[in-house]
Parts: sequence; C-alpha cells; structure tokens
Amino acid sequence: MADWFSHLHPAIQALIRVLLLVVPILALVPGLIWWERRLLSWMQDRIGPNRVATITWSKTSKFVPPFLRGKKTSIFGLLQPIADGVKLFFKEDITPSAVDKVIYFIAPGIALFPAFALGATLPWGPYPSLTPISNANVGVLYMLAISSLGVYGVVLAGYSGNNKYSLMGGLRASAQLISYELAMSMSLACIVLATGSLRMTDMVHEQEKPLWGLAPFLQNWYVFTPFGFVAMVVFLICMVAETNRAPFDLPEAENELIAGYHTEYSSMKFAVFFMGEYAAMFIFSGVLATVFLGGWNALPINWDWVAQHSTIPVFSGLADIMGKLNYWLAPLWFMGKITFMISVYIWLRATLPRLRYDQLMSLGWKSLLPLATVNFIVVGAWILVSRIVAENASNQMMGAIAGVGLWVVAGVFVYSIWRVLNKMSGEPVLESRSVTLVDPSKEGVAAS
Amino acid sequence: MNLPEWLTPNLAIFATIGGVAALAALGVVVLNNAVRSALCLVVCFFMLAFLYFTLNAEMLGILQIVVYTGAIMVLFLFVIMLLNLGPMKSLIQQRDPKMIVGGAMGLALAGMIGAQVLAPLVGVQEPRAPEGFGSPQAVGYSLFSGYLYPFEIASILLMVGIVGSILLAKRRI
Repeated sequence: MADWFSHLHPAIQALIRVLLLVVPILALVPGLIWWERRLLSWMQDRIGPNRVATITWSKTSKFVPPFLRGKKTSIFGLLQPIADGVKLFFKEDITPSAVDKVIYFIAPGIALFPAFALGATLPWGPYPSLTPISNANVGVLYMLAISSLGVYGVVLAGYSGNNKYSLMGGLRASAQLISYELAMSMSLACIVLATGSLRMTDMVHEQEKPLWGLAPFLQNWYVFTPFGFVAMVVFLICMVAETNRAPFDLPEAENELIAGYHTEYSSMKFAVFFMGEYAAMFIFSGVLATVFLGGWNALPINWDWVAQHSTIPVFSGLADIMGKLNYWLAPLWFMGKITFMISVYIWLRATLPRLRYDQLMSLGWKSLLPLATVNFIVVGAWILVSRIVAENASNQMMGAIAGVGLWVVAGVFVYSIWRVLNKMSGEPVLESRSVTLVDPSKEGVAAS
Repeated sequence: MNLPEWLTPNLAIFATIGGVAALAALGVVVLNNAVRSALCLVVCFFMLAFLYFTLNAEMLGILQIVVYTGAIMVLFLFVIMLLNLGPMKSLIQQRDPKMIVGGAMGLALAGMIGAQVLAPLVGVQEPRAPEGFGSPQAVGYSLFSGYLYPFEIASILLMVGIVGSILLAKRRI
C-alpha cells in the first residue's frame, strides 16, 4: 500500500502491525461490555445500565447555556464500563493463604496470552503491508494451535485456587475445550480443503471468486455453499464453547460452582480473566467473519466485474465507487461483521439455558464431530463434481452425471443435518448418568 | 554499541530461546511439584516450537504446539489435577550413592553427545531451512505420495488404539 511503510525497519513494521491489532481490541472491550449489557437487557425486557454519564445541568450556573439549564443529557450509560473498571481497580485484592502462589499469580497472564496471540494471522483488510501480523503459510493451523493453549489459563487457575469448586471448574473446562477443539478443527479443515491453502488471506481471496463458479457478479462466500454453511454452524457452536460463553459456561456455572475456576480471584486478577474472555470472543468472531463471511468485503458482490461489464454507464460508475468504498473502508466492514457475531453471542446467552454435562459431551462428540466429518466428505464430492463440470462443460453426458453427483452431495448433506437434529431432540440418556429418577406419577411425590 | 562480531541478532535470539528451553527442561527434573514440572515441560515444548519458527520450519513448530503443548500436556495436567498431587515430601532421600553414580553417568552421556554434536556446529552463524521447506503443501504432498503406506499404517494403528481404549474403558459394551 503505502510506499513509505516498506522503507521502515522490519521490526518497526512488525510493531505497527501488532499495535494495529491489539490497541483496537483493548480499546473496544469496554464498549463490548456495554453493548452486551444493553442488548441483553433489551432482549430480557429490562432497562439495563443507562445512568452513568447522564449529565444534569445546573439551573443557576452562568456557565451553562440557557437552553440546557435544569435539563438532563443522557448518552445511554456509555461510560458504565469506565465505572466498572474503576470499581475493579480499587477493590481489595485478596490472595487466599492456601493457594499455590506462583501458579496463582501467573494463571491470569497465561489466560490472557492466547486471546491476543490468536489474532496474529487474522487479516482485517486488503492491505498486505499492514495486516495480518504474519501472513504465515500455516495461518488457520496457527489459530487452532493457539486456541488449544486457552485451556492452560483456566486449568491452572482452577488448580492453584486450592478450592474444590475451582478445581471442578478447571476440570470441566479442560474436558470441554478438548472435546470442542476436534469438531472445530474438522469444520475448518473443510474450508482448507475447499480453498487449497491454510493462509487466511488466500481464504478471503478464494471467497471473492464467482458464486458456485457460475455467477461472476456475486462472490462465493463460504456461507452460501452447503458445506460452508454446515461448517459455519459447527464452527459457531465450537467457538461459543471454546470461549466458555453461555450456553457452554459450565466451567464458571455460577449456580453450581460459585464462579468456577476464578472463584478465588478478585480485583484486577479477575478483570484480566474477564478481559481475556472478551478479547477471545472478539477474535473468534473475526476468524468466523474471515473464513465464512467473506472477510473484509462489505457485500457479496464483485463490484469490479459489474463496473466492467455493465452496459448502463450510471451503473458502472456506481459500481466503481462502491468498489473503492469496499476497498478503503474494509476495516469498517470487518468491524461490522465482528459486531454482528458478538451480538449473536449475546443473543445465544439471552436465549439458551446452560447445557447439562452429558448433553455437552454428546453434542460435541456424537453430533458435531460426525457432522463435521460427513461435511468433509461432502466438500470432497463438491470439489470433484465442480471439476468435472468445469472440464466437460460441453459434454451433456458428463453434465448429467455431474448433476446426479450434486444431488447425491445435497442428499448426504440433508441426511446429516436431519440426523443431528434428531439426536439433539431425543430423550437424554438417563442410565449413563447413574441417577435413579423418581417417577412422580406413582408413589414418589404423593408419599412425601 | 560495540557488540562482538560473532554475536549476530539471530544468534542472540537463538541463544535466548534455547537457553529458556534448556532451563525449563532442567526444571522438569529438578522441581518436586508435579504440576510445576508439567508446566516446565510445557514451556520447554513451546520454546522448541519457537526454535523451529526461527529455523523457517513453521509447519513443524505449529505441529509441535498442536500435538505436544495443546493436546498431550493438557491431558498430563488433567491427570495430575485429578489425582491432586502435591510435592512428595516423604520420598526425599538425604544421602544416596545412586545420585553420585547417576550424576557421573549423566555427565558422561552429555560429554559423549557433546563431542559428536558440537564440532560440526562451530562457526555456524545462521542455521535456516531453505524457503518453502516443510511447508504444508510439501508435507501433504510427500505424505500422500512417497509415504502413503506408512501414513495409512499409522492411521490404522491409531484406529486400533482408539478401539482398544474404548474396550478398556467401557464396563459393558
């Protein structure tokens, strides 16, 4: 992009790239907390935080303009996160006497590290010199590797607290994160297979190609392909589980485990855990936007193609302007997609009750993992069929075979979805929980 | 700044990462708290991954993190936490002739390996793999062409392992 940038020392270039990713996240996390509280309260028909930063103008002061005297100016409680931050800073920092001191102190740092390191291969715009921090040829694999480190902070916090509830939270977290990592990797593997590269920027460029190889004015975002849609659903569920958010917040289930793994943490150490969770939400949303939702592109339309091929001059001029907006405001579009995904997070939290432990395990291992694996086969079939169609576009026989092949692909796809839905709505496997249930219709309730 | 000529930035980074890895490896053996030993092993593996990165072998480094740091060590920690192992106070022996013999043999082993390894490394400034070596494409291509049979046999072995562990873990099938 800019010529002067490439003349800087490589270390300074790298530093600028890191700051361009980390500073916006650090700055936006308080806004994210405000947005979560407001949206959640709106969804639950409450008012939510709307008091902080309401200014009541003086009735008598000469410094206040006459039209403001005695009025109240409200900015929707936008400064609530600052009040929360001040509260967290000035709370007493209690270290229980029985904790494992060294691990207790380093655990919040270990929890924060993967949340920020995740973003190293995430491109937020079509500017190769500014983003991503490292355009390594192992992009997605790097993301999976770093997200698997997220377990350590939680597990060590749970262990070092020397408290049975903390330990339970830590154990639950490690089981949950390991289980959902597999399905997440499989769903990303589908996209890697379709792209033919592990690089994040390659994935975005692949999604700028014509839709299904047929419609050159539309972009082939992976959401619009059947395998991509299934992979996105699997990835979305796994992403919520990986960030320990409701309905997968078993490690910190407040009505079972007090506060789970961070029961023994107070003040700023707790705030660091909080920060890590929100930063991870942020970056996972960005990964989903990059891999499935076309990355930094605003709309799934190839503006350049429209500008070149439109016969109406007004349209081509408009498309040209839109293409330029799409290029220069890319971070804005990317941010918009992240905001949308974070709203989905909050929506899920407002809607779904927490899963039971056996439901969590059966959803991860018996539904999502087989679905992602079947999806992997579907991607293979899709690529095969599209190659046959592309090579033999004139041959009708091959066209017919390809059509049948596509139907088989669609059939496998529908069958797999039906199977998962069937499993999810089924009765819970009660004997596997080794709990004897009392039947209320007989003597059970009446006797007591 | 007048740095000696042999101290290139690459060597400084290599020495830092390698030194931390070696210290962490020492910590695994020396510390007597099981969780801290496991953590030292995590740090050691992580530093090894960084060493691979500096050698231009990104794929190898990432696999090191995914397999060892992300999967195996988490299971180690899980088991240690499940058993809730503290420091083993009852097992510290004061004077043991085995320690002297063991130390001597360890030094001998280190000397033997060092004699073989150090000589070729003298004067090496910048050990790097060529560009594109060990990239995902190259690894995938060789796995599915030249090494197809070993790859498939390894996957069958893993399958047998999974079935066997289910057989052992399940009370009734």
